[in-house]
Amino acid sequence: MTRRDATAKKTLAKIEALAKAVVRDIQKKQNPRIEIPLRTLSNITYNARKKIIEMGKETQERSFFNVSQARKFMQTFLVASACKELIETGKTTSIRDLYYMTKHTLGNSKVNTFEEQDESDPIIEDLEVTLDALREELHLFANRKGLMVGPMTIVDSGDTIDLRRQGSGGWGVPSIVEPNVIKFGKHEARYVLLVEKEAVWSRFNEDKFWKKEKCMLIHGGGQPPRGVRRLVHRMHYELGLPVYVLVDNDPWGFYIYSVVKQGSINLAYESMRMAVPRARFIGISSRDAERYGIPEETSIRLDEGDHRRIRQMLEYPWFQDKKWRRELETMAKSNRKYEIEALSRRGISFITEEYLPRKLAEKDWLE
Amino acid sequence: MAKARRKAGEQLELLKPGPKARKSSSSQKTTRKTREAVKESAARSSSSRAKKAAVKSSKKSAAPRAAPAATAARKASASPATTRRTSAPASRATAEELAQRQREISVSEFFSKNRHLLGFDSPSKALLTAVKEAVDNSLDACEEARILPEIVVEVRAVEGAPDRWVISVEDNGPGILKTQVPKIFGKLLYGSKFHRLKQSRGQQGIGISAAAMYGQLTTGKPVVVWTRTGKARKAHRMEIRIDTRTNSPVVVSEEEVEFPRDHGTRVEIEMQADYSRGQRHLLRYVEQTVLANPHLALTFCRPNAEPLVFPRASEEPPKEAAEIKPHPYGVEVGTLMLMAKESKARSVAGFLQTEFSRVSAQVADEILRNAKLPKSVRLKDVAEDREVAEKLRQGILATKIMAPPMNCLSPIGDELIRKGLISFLNVVEEEEPEEEEPSGRSSRRAKAKEKTAEDKQAEMEKAAADSMPPEEGEEQIKGKRFFIVSTTRPPKVYRGNPFQVEVGLAYSPDWPQDQPIRLYRFANRVPLLFQRGACAITEAVVRTDWKNYELAQPKGALPVGPMALLVHIASVWVPFTSESKEAIAHYPELLSEIRLALQECGRKLAAYIRKRKAAVHELRRRSTFELYIDEVARSLHEIVGADEEKLRGRLLEMARLATGGDRTDEILDRVASRRRDEFEGAEAEEEYR
Repeated sequence: MTRRDATAKKTLAKIEALAKAVVRDIQKKQNPRIEIPLRTLSNITYNARKKIIEMGKETQERSFFNVSQARKFMQTFLVASACKELIETGKTTSIRDLYYMTKHTLGNSKVNTFEEQDESDPIIEDLEVTLDALREELHLFANRKGLMVGPMTIVDSGDTIDLRRQGSGGWGVPSIVEPNVIKFGKHEARYVLLVEKEAVWSRFNEDKFWKKEKCMLIHGGGQPPRGVRRLVHRMHYELGLPVYVLVDNDPWGFYIYSVVKQGSINLAYESMRMAVPRARFIGISSRDAERYGIPEETSIRLDEGDHRRIRQMLEYPWFQDKKWRRELETMAKSNRKYEIEALSRRGISFITEEYLPRKLAEKDWLE
Repeated sequence: MAKARRKAGEQLELLKPGPKARKSSSSQKTTRKTREAVKESAARSSSSRAKKAAVKSSKKSAAPRAAPAATAARKASASPATTRRTSAPASRATAEELAQRQREISVSEFFSKNRHLLGFDSPSKALLTAVKEAVDNSLDACEEARILPEIVVEVRAVEGAPDRWVISVEDNGPGILKTQVPKIFGKLLYGSKFHRLKQSRGQQGIGISAAAMYGQLTTGKPVVVWTRTGKARKAHRMEIRIDTRTNSPVVVSEEEVEFPRDHGTRVEIEMQADYSRGQRHLLRYVEQTVLANPHLALTFCRPNAEPLVFPRASEEPPKEAAEIKPHPYGVEVGTLMLMAKESKARSVAGFLQTEFSRVSAQVADEILRNAKLPKSVRLKDVAEDREVAEKLRQGILATKIMAPPMNCLSPIGDELIRKGLISFLNVVEEEEPEEEEPSGRSSRRAKAKEKTAEDKQAEMEKAAADSMPPEEGEEQIKGKRFFIVSTTRPPKVYRGNPFQVEVGLAYSPDWPQDQPIRLYRFANRVPLLFQRGACAITEAVVRTDWKNYELAQPKGALPVGPMALLVHIASVWVPFTSESKEAIAHYPELLSEIRLALQECGRKLAAYIRKRKAAVHELRRRSTFELYIDEVARSLHEIVGADEEKLRGRLLEMARLATGGDRTDEILDRVASRRRDEFEGAEAEEEYR
């Protein structure tokens, strides 16, 4: 716990330094301002050597006496103040909670400090990059999303949990999975299988795929949250497990894989702690429909949004690999996409009994 | 034949108001009317006579389109001739029989049948026209006698006759000689202004006598006149009736009476009228007359209402307008011939020098040279030979002649327009003078309902703001702010007639923003109340692009905005579109001068509005900052323990300085505080979206 106190002290000092600079500005009658690292595509570089997305050095200024920034400026310090309180009282809360904590009406106007959680979430991210503090260091977490089972015992906040005995429900992956919260114990896992959706995860769990295959089975409910990504990262690097990603055959699925592999634009500053450049794309590949006899009527036509996304992804430096380009171009050309569930046409357990074992055996994946 | 000609000629005489300038300004109309007159006479007389009459009459009027007029006469006569041939010979009337039916029509008779030509077309308008003629006369008389006018206008009900009213106009003018009274009030086309080229309100000398005649025709009552020409003289009361057959006055009664003033005149006319419908026009006329005559003190006594008192806004009488001779450029062939005929000059060169302005001996010679007329040409030739007269006119047009003297004009002047607008806005009744505006009225009612503590506070703030010195160019009038600018253009000339355009505008940010501007039109200080759409002033306002001056403007319409706009045209001869003097004709020279004046004022208006807009923008920014300052101060206090109140104060001060400081408050004046609260909310809502 002393280590935790030290982190808290450091974070508090960062918050106070930010506020003090602003108070100094006000005393000098200068427009109070803070510098915030930019979280946009323009400030992202792909580190080809490390194969991850990294945040650049560009910052944006947020000053109070600027009509378009005044509101965000106020919100930044409102969130900072709330985080300070959380850290001092030693409590951790969800970002949704924080939104409600800080939401109130301004004076006798009809205006609130925040109108939507969509407004407060980016402010939290701004604060993370500005303070160079992780979300957990601010005592915040996202709503938990994602489940894991597998042949492993872990210690979660002091409680020992056997992930082999989680029934049909599985173990909910918390938002914060740092070593001080989650410790890995004994395990027999050979690899990690990250699937896109909970429904698919349930199929695999019910069929005890993880038991047969000796793998850690985890899902992130669409785009995996930080907790899931961080946990996969830790299992890969600390336990040396290879990571396989099973997603829909559509641009969104590919992008989920891309985020797991290289990191996201928005959280580029956390890529170091989250990206798994060697994660493997196991399916569903554009050629699988033919190879595994998935009938055409299970496909869905691409819409305009899908095509746009494909064109966008073809621009990303980390999708320049020939195999990847072929994959995306094939999808665009065929104008078809498949959900994982399309495999159920071949039998309900086709995916766990035939599809995946065969793909793994044939090493039919993309990297 | 002689009768036919005389009749046609007579009609022309009345229809074309001035033998000198009028013809030149509206030859086209004269021609049209000639044709009508000719048609009428042709229908009554035999074809050959009509044809000759037509040719002669058109020659007499000397309109350049004599030929089409004759053609029209021929056409008009041709059809009765053919029908006559086919119809039964028994019904055929002889020329002699027709001649028996032809008789002279008196001017008065003509007008009793064509009262609309003089503005007596409806009972609601009759009151206004009568008051207007009387007041115009009073003002003209006072001006010439260099007296600061004091006028009392009264409208009284007649007991037992709900459709009858008495109008009474009393002035402190020079009075009228007893011998002149009958002719002035009892004879049409009698006056002092008709034969002169001078800026005056009245022009033709038919106004007041026509009003008297209207009263006589509708009620049988004579016009009653009180007049006194000086302290040492007796006052007289006279009742005068018009013999409409002979257009001559009949004195019904005459007596010596007491008169409350040292000198002055009072006219009373009883007439059939509709006061309830006409009062709005009357009120507008009175208000606007005061606006254009800041040197006038006027009291308006109305039935069942408090008298309206308009105090004098300026002790300075208007500059006296000099009388001028016509300028050669404005004279047309017919007029030229007539003038030559009447002139006592011996030679053409002498004629040009004595009858026209700006013609010296050299200029006269040059005109003759350019006209390619021999030096020996006699004045008689000009008077009688159309070709010679035409050559002379061409000579005039080919010669460079100095512009006419401009001392014949008496504009209101920038400063007095400003004063006039201020006193007008001070007295003018709250009701919207133009079309009904239910929206404005309902909002006023709504406001009256919800009188809350907030309202009271607003009122207090308003009172405090009222005591603040207003912006430069701004005036506080009845608790509302007005930005007032005015322009007097330098004099210009159209067809030899000097004229001058003046514009004054009053813009109030406290007026309703979404209604068309109020346009007040004036000619020689007389308000023009009707036929707004037909008037050159309206046209010039509509054609000006007010979007350049920060006002909204629907296509082809008056601009929309909280503004009163005054346009005044002063001229020795104002080209009205009709005898009722309600709209000004569209002369390009006039239109372009009006537009130039509007643009001049518009630019100043735009600067004012932009300054305000910029200040409103600053104030919005300030309110955005102010909205968040409490939060920022509290958060900073919670994080580093800095003094929250001090931070707040500092930030508020910085917000004020960052948004134009006190200047912003001054420009907008804190009257608008309540409205500001409203947009604060709206603005902030916009902000985060």
